[in-house]
Amino acid sequence: MPRAEFIQYERIGRVHDVPLEELYTSGHRTCQGCESAMVMRQFVKAAGPRTVVTGSTGCMYVANTSYMTTPWLVPWMHTQLGAGGSSAVGMAAALRALMRKGKIPQEKINVISFCGDLGGGDMGLSAISAALQTDYDLLIILYDNESAANTDIQATGLTTYGAQTTFTPAGRVHRVMHRRWKKNVAGMLAVGHPTCRYVATACATFPPLDFLNKVRKALAIGGPTFIHTFDPCPKGWDYHPRYSHEIGELGVRCGIFPLYEVIEGRVVYTYDARKGRIPVREYLSRQGRFAHLADEDIEHIQRMVDEMWEEWEVPGVAPLRGVLSTDI
Amino acid sequence: MTAEPAANVYERQELLTGCQAVALGVALADVDVTAAYPIRPYTEVMDAISKLIADGEMDAEYVIADSEHSQFEIVKHASSLGARAFAGSSGTGWMYGFEALVVTATDRLPVLFLVGNRALDDPGAFGVEHNDALALRDMGWLLCWVTTAQEALEHVIIGYRIAEDRRVMMPMALAMDGAFLTHSQHIVRVPSKEAVRRFLPPYDLGERRLHPDNPISIAPQVNEDWVMELRRQNWEAARRAREVIVQAYHEFNAIFGARYSPPFYFDEFMTDDAEVVLLGMGTVAMPARTAVRRLREKGERVGYINLRWFRPFPTAELRESLRRFRAVGIIDRDFAHGAPDDGGVLLHEVRSCLYPARERPVVVDFITGLGGRDVSIADCLSMFELSRRAASRGEPDEHVTWIGLRE
Repeated sequence: MPRAEFIQYERIGRVHDVPLEELYTSGHRTCQGCESAMVMRQFVKAAGPRTVVTGSTGCMYVANTSYMTTPWLVPWMHTQLGAGGSSAVGMAAALRALMRKGKIPQEKINVISFCGDLGGGDMGLSAISAALQTDYDLLIILYDNESAANTDIQATGLTTYGAQTTFTPAGRVHRVMHRRWKKNVAGMLAVGHPTCRYVATACATFPPLDFLNKVRKALAIGGPTFIHTFDPCPKGWDYHPRYSHEIGELGVRCGIFPLYEVIEGRVVYTYDARKGRIPVREYLSRQGRFAHLADEDIEHIQRMVDEMWEEWEVPGVAPLRGVLSTDI
Repeated sequence: MTAEPAANVYERQELLTGCQAVALGVALADVDVTAAYPIRPYTEVMDAISKLIADGEMDAEYVIADSEHSQFEIVKHASSLGARAFAGSSGTGWMYGFEALVVTATDRLPVLFLVGNRALDDPGAFGVEHNDALALRDMGWLLCWVTTAQEALEHVIIGYRIAEDRRVMMPMALAMDGAFLTHSQHIVRVPSKEAVRRFLPPYDLGERRLHPDNPISIAPQVNEDWVMELRRQNWEAARRAREVIVQAYHEFNAIFGARYSPPFYFDEFMTDDAEVVLLGMGTVAMPARTAVRRLREKGERVGYINLRWFRPFPTAELRESLRRFRAVGIIDRDFAHGAPDDGGVLLHEVRSCLYPARERPVVVDFITGLGGRDVSIADCLSMFELSRRAASRGEPDEHVTWIGLRE
């Protein structure tokens, strides 16, 4: 496949150019201020009606799709928690076989599968990795609200260090129960799958239109693609729903969630946090889940974020720190 | 059954293992999507399918998955878009994918899976036990055992025909004994594509097919509002499957000659005047039939029943048949630790089936052949002897006897 210097896609240049047609509409029961619901609404708006979708178990299954009040105007099917990758492969394989064998008309049909951070980032990682090794046209979206939000906010491998969740409550003896650093899923998938042409991170609301265009690019470039979104969650992160967009923006501007695309191995920062980052405290202090943290915890998080941008060989993307010059 | 096969129904003969026969069946069924993940002994079917694809003899998407769970999910979702799909596994691999097996049935997607029966770990054993496939028994799958490579090939085609019937729409598990059938060679008559096409209509998921022209939502959250009604639909489908199975065999016989005889769910061997029979599933039929012949030579009135269909269970047919005998010895190539009388799975199914019958035979259970241990003719002779004693006493010495166990 020739290298894509520029991806040929239908770019949305201005807010007024965003398609008016809603394909994810009323009927869902997501919380007020739910940014994962924004991800749903926008990815399918960007993709358009000739799309088939699967959704892994998670809050975007349970809260989204109650029987007889489905919000999906595109064909949608539930898939298992760990099957975000395999459900996409199954749909893409079926479309290819049925079109090749003349059993359904030949046309471009987008295949999109979404999964949460628990389903995609932990349990289903192997299946997503396998999907990114295929040559099918498919897009996997990992909507990351940093918890198992459907089961009442349990920590996952993608929860920010230090956060309180129902599995990691602050206690009298142990202040910080969640001591895992957030798994770098997009970076890992980009680095580990050299033939995957497009991996990106995104925030549904910041910068505006960014996520919509990333979906368009992923669907246009061909082959298996992956987008990891950063979704503030009022219930799980403990803040007033009116601040969802603002907290997303703060997370991006403090550098704790890097925004980038990896297009055929080349990194494009879609928000450049290498310089001019705001302190992480401005992001953390707005959320109840971090209210128990002491100054030393916040300093630790700040140090880790600074290292990510200042010491990583590919800042914010790949945690390698150069090559040792001699044998050890 | 007097139907003769039409000319050119079978186009050639080949020496094939059970797995290779299934692979040819999959190619003849014009399967669209298949996925693979290795585990002995099922794995040879994918060796054979991949070669058929590589040689251009089969046109299907072929995905090498990262786990059993993934391969089952891949074909499940392919099936939901209207693709005929095939996968399979064995033993612990089957159990690894079990979540996907459950939802395939509740989604009512008529895929066909091969189970190459294998003992469950730990400790490791490649040999046959039936517990892997039997784990499906409550899950809304069609489940049948074949005993020869010829039956294996034919039951791929018969299996899709039944599973995809609009009255059924259930996934189909085709079970065969690891090693004894998956890897043993038989002469197989291979049907022509034309004949298979006449028997097996194209897969049509109808209004449940996922496509932009049919923008439905499949499997939304229903909770207590609807789960019971959905379970009921599945239950009704399993009941309807019984008549569809019989119809499918009649249609098969009409095209391919008198291959199978009523009641189709099981085969009876020398049972006409029998007083004592053994009943088992899978390749144990071979030593058991030989034991029957030897005992018949001595004038003993014995027979063998090879149970082919386990789900749906042939309740009425088996109840009607078994009431003729004084004793039935069940051969369980499985275990159900702590179950009533500590018997195997098949014992409980058969005893439960017989309970409402006014006249019923004494039922004894034999647990044998676990982990792939050979069940010899001598083992079958001792099972007949114990069953005969139970018949003469009117009750078993022991409800359950382990046969072939090292003491």
